[in-house]
Amino acid sequence: MKTYEKSGGFFPVFERKTGPAKDATHYCPGCGHGNVHKMIAEALEEFGLLGRSVFVSPVGCSVFGYYYFNCGNFQAAHGRAPAVATAVKRTNPDSIVISYQGDGDLAAIGTAETIHTANRGENICVFFVNNAIYGMTGGQMAPTTMIGQRSTTTPQGRIETVHGNPIRMAEMLATLPAPTYIERVAIGDSKHIMKARKAIRKAIRIQAEGKGYSFVEIVSACPTGWKMDPVHAREWLLEDMLKVFPLGVFKDESDSREEDSWLRRYDAYDPAVVDEYLDRLKSTLGDAEPVALAEDLHCKFAGFGGQGILTLGLLLSQIGMRAGQHVSWFPAYGPEMRGGTANCSVNVCGSRIGTPLVETPNVLVVMNQPSLDAFEKEVVDGGVIIIDTTIVEGRPDDKRLRPVLIPATAIADEVGTAKIANVVVLGALVAATGCFPRAFCEDTLRAAIKKRSLVDMNIDAFGRGYEFVKNAR
Amino acid sequence: MARQFMKGNDAIVVGALAAGCRAYYGYPITPASEIAHAAALHFPALGGVFIQAESEVAAMNMVYGTAGMGVRTMTASSSPGFSLKQEGLSYAAGAELPCVVVNIVRGGPGLGNIAPEQGDYFQITKGGGHGNYRLIALAPNGAQEMCDLTMHAFELADKYRNPACIMADGITGQMMEVVEIPKALPKTWDHTSWCVDGTPGTAGNLVSSIILEPLELEAHNLKLEAKYEQIRNHEVMFEKYAVDDADLVVVAYGVVSRIVYSTVDQARAEGLKVGLLRPITVWPFPSAVITSLCATAKAFLAVELSTGQMVEDVRLAVEGRKPVHFYGRCGGVVPGGDELLAEYRRVLGGGSR
Ligand code: SF4
Repeated sequence: MKTYEKSGGFFPVFERKTGPAKDATHYCPGCGHGNVHKMIAEALEEFGLLGRSVFVSPVGCSVFGYYYFNCGNFQAAHGRAPAVATAVKRTNPDSIVISYQGDGDLAAIGTAETIHTANRGENICVFFVNNAIYGMTGGQMAPTTMIGQRSTTTPQGRIETVHGNPIRMAEMLATLPAPTYIERVAIGDSKHIMKARKAIRKAIRIQAEGKGYSFVEIVSACPTGWKMDPVHAREWLLEDMLKVFPLGVFKDESDSREEDSWLRRYDAYDPAVVDEYLDRLKSTLGDAEPVALAEDLHCKFAGFGGQGILTLGLLLSQIGMRAGQHVSWFPAYGPEMRGGTANCSVNVCGSRIGTPLVETPNVLVVMNQPSLDAFEKEVVDGGVIIIDTTIVEGRPDDKRLRPVLIPATAIADEVGTAKIANVVVLGALVAATGCFPRAFCEDTLRAAIKKRSLVDMNIDAFGRGYEFVKNAR
Repeated sequence: MARQFMKGNDAIVVGALAAGCRAYYGYPITPASEIAHAAALHFPALGGVFIQAESEVAAMNMVYGTAGMGVRTMTASSSPGFSLKQEGLSYAAGAELPCVVVNIVRGGPGLGNIAPEQGDYFQITKGGGHGNYRLIALAPNGAQEMCDLTMHAFELADKYRNPACIMADGITGQMMEVVEIPKALPKTWDHTSWCVDGTPGTAGNLVSSIILEPLELEAHNLKLEAKYEQIRNHEVMFEKYAVDDADLVVVAYGVVSRIVYSTVDQARAEGLKVGLLRPITVWPFPSAVITSLCATAKAFLAVELSTGQMVEDVRLAVEGRKPVHFYGRCGGVVPGGDELLAEYRRVLGGGSR
């Protein structure tokens, strides 16, 4: 089909098109796509939007939309045009983005993208050409194929109880709150065509005004797929299709929405801004001179969930980091999790750390009985095993290991809350291993604990744990 | 010094921001969700884009959209989700769009479990989606590398106009370590010659992977292959630890390389001359260094969290010159150091398992 009075929205010559006829479209005679293309091209040109327009071609007969539109063009995967369009619009809110799709693309393989793009109210235009058939792939049943309609995959005609019913996308999407404007039009008689033109222009204007998402469904003929001549095709469209796909406006909030109310913020990359932001993520512990580590620590902390086991590991990690040592912290994860217990592995080392998983700890903290049973045998000979005796009844092998028996929860109760038993244990660990000086650890705790009101209590708990071990010697 | 103690998954987002990434599209999945959580916090705060997409497929196609605009963008997922991204990756490779995709690999096949595995090696390094293409694939083994290699992935993706992948595992993602926070990269890239960004300057461009004419599509494939050959020649990264005099060269990447690293000194104390070769790029694979080590090594041992995937690349590099052994655990089981030492003894002593 030749496109007479070619719109300035089209390329003057269709250079991207394969084959010799560079002035005609690839569409069949009587196909609706040509009309719809022309309406879009004209509107973009007349509104002066071509320079910032991006046309997203789908998979289907309009896969080659980029042959024609004299603007930026994307070709998208089958059904994904709305996802691509979403990203383009979000990454440049000033662009004018058109997702142009057929029925298979929009209402079958891309249903999820269609619905969620509408539901997010993306400030784009979706133009949906509904011709009740898969044209490009050879006339198969589309989600919009009519009951009784023959196609290459419904040779006996579409049967409700076998193939389901033609799906009405405009009506479905109109149930969503976010879309601004939803209308179904047709490329039928001249009155219909005028209405279609109006709808397309309105949708584009809504986008340009930043008022949100528009969806225009265009019922359109596919003489080739329908195996009809163009005249009969148009008759069938008017008489049969429009009964199932009634024309009309299903939603229109374009008057009540503020201009630019659906524009999203986007700032281009500015390294200075990012640097300033990342600087805020850095540790607030402050820099300290490196503090020597008496001996590499390979710790396992284990107990019930809620005893602050993971936090205990983090606090020791922070001390190690502030001291300038290599540190790793790894929480029980996946199959290691068992029976409501929590555990974590912490390495604090003077040199590069190998495995973050502590298989053979030289320090084990157990705050419940199952942890003692599970992990005692893993501790290296001569390793430290710290036991909260308020909770754990069992006692470890004191010939092989160096037990530290401390009623941590009871001490924590005296401090004010049983929850702080983990910090009592931390004090005991520092005293028992001599890993870092007491004052250095306390300074780190002061810096690490975010809630000012809790600092004194934590320092008290740490000190009591520390003293308990020192005095027991 | 700007340091922070952070999870590997969070370090990825820090690296992405510092590399100039402006848009994150994701879908929740364990054990990769922290990446989306951090992105949801930081991207909008910096005027960038964060969208929790309706599906992995949509997220990847959103990446296609932003990448096609010449803007740095990423998505992250874990194995089952990564399978769903293959369509978009193929399109992005075909259209030559730079982007970064993270896969925090978990146990498979199917829904598998959420524990660490390396069973996606084939999917990541051998294609995964349809057509002749490759992903540039980097395998960090700690939080600092999660940050640094993410930045490097963005640079490589841009340099070659191809998707790049960060292949990590649940341990490297969940583990916290000290991370040196990087400086944001200067904006040196300019893609206006090919991108479509909704400005008049790029209105003549087309982002597409469709090429109808067989001869033209063949030429396009050959062009891509030439690019992949450049990447093979110039972008291989690996780390050697005690391999130059090693009788047994252990090849391991990601978290497994950390476990092996822990065992090397122990093995040597026992008189077993073991060394570690760690691929940092799993594609391109460090084949040349493995081939050259055939001159000194008596044997190779690939250790993986899989039933034997990377070992095939080791065998291809060794080409039968030396025995290539394999030791793998999977399903979320992580081998202990003792297990590996026993394996070294067996291989070097010729004993049985
Ligand atoms: S097959 Fe149908 S939709 Fe496709 S170009 Fe021909 S008439 Fe138009």
